[in-house]
Amino acid sequence: MTLFRNVVFVAALAGLLAGLVLAALQSFATVPLIIEAEAFENAGGPLHDHGDAPSGAADGSLHEHGEDAWAPSDGFERFAFSGVVNVVTGIGFALLLVVASEMAGGMAGWRQGLMWGLAGFGVFTLAPGLGLPPELPAMPAADLLDRQTWWLATVIATATGLALIAFKGGLTWSLAGLALIAAPHLFGAPQPPTGDSLIPAGLHRQFMIAATLTSLIFWTVLGAVAGAARRRFVGAASGLSGSLA
Amino acid sequence: MTTASQSLAISGAARATQLAMAALLGVFIVGFLGFSPMEVVHNAGHDYRHSMAFPCH
Repeated sequence: MTLFRNVVFVAALAGLLAGLVLAALQSFATVPLIIEAEAFENAGGPLHDHGDAPSGAADGSLHEHGEDAWAPSDGFERFAFSGVVNVVTGIGFALLLVVASEMAGGMAGWRQGLMWGLAGFGVFTLAPGLGLPPELPAMPAADLLDRQTWWLATVIATATGLALIAFKGGLTWSLAGLALIAAPHLFGAPQPPTGDSLIPAGLHRQFMIAATLTSLIFWTVLGAVAGAARRRFVGAASGLSGSLA
Repeated sequence: MTTASQSLAISGAARATQLAMAALLGVFIVGFLGFSPMEVVHNAGHDYRHSMAFPCH
């Protein structure tokens, strides 16, 4: 289980550091915008009625979930839970990134790790964000399951497409990879019903930029730390001889 | 370091199994925190989900 242990160790270290960096960035770059949007949400009343919910539904709220469920209270508790979720999810993303890189021979150092991190950014943020831009609370959106399905399909298609281009070689595979990357966008993401949003366009634009940039920093830190940790603790001996098989 | 040469020495099948286990763990973590419909999980990670543009309510 040496390989498993090494992968988990490298991923845990990278996820911890990148998650903490991201949590700190979010606390002043994205979370204030989310809280601002929630003020619109709470003040604006129902934007689209969820089918005249008979009773018990969250009246006056756009959230489809009930309001009685536990939620961290605003302030430190909310920040702390966000921090924990950031770190844990960071480790999850790091596991995927490190496994993918091991299949291709492993990251030889922090710079290769950085490249892998950029690929992760393209796969998990850029590609899904083209069709489903980062959203604020209270924004009209298409059916949740449709959006999640499209998100997942786009992530898989983009990752596979990039892998074909990077590791298969040859014009045919590269074209196939490009086609895979483009396919979800030609198909089209589930779009929100047309209608007025409670959220001012300027606030949303600011949030899209903040969310995308913080994610870019997260992924580059994640990749670079994973590459450096692998080189330092696991060794770069494997080189890049492996294939993507 | 010796650990790297050990991990290289193992057979292809064992290597694939261990990588698959690590990948599954990653999928489980990201899937649970990013996609779980459980309200408690959703609420705890609310700001994170929005910031990372996971499809969310």
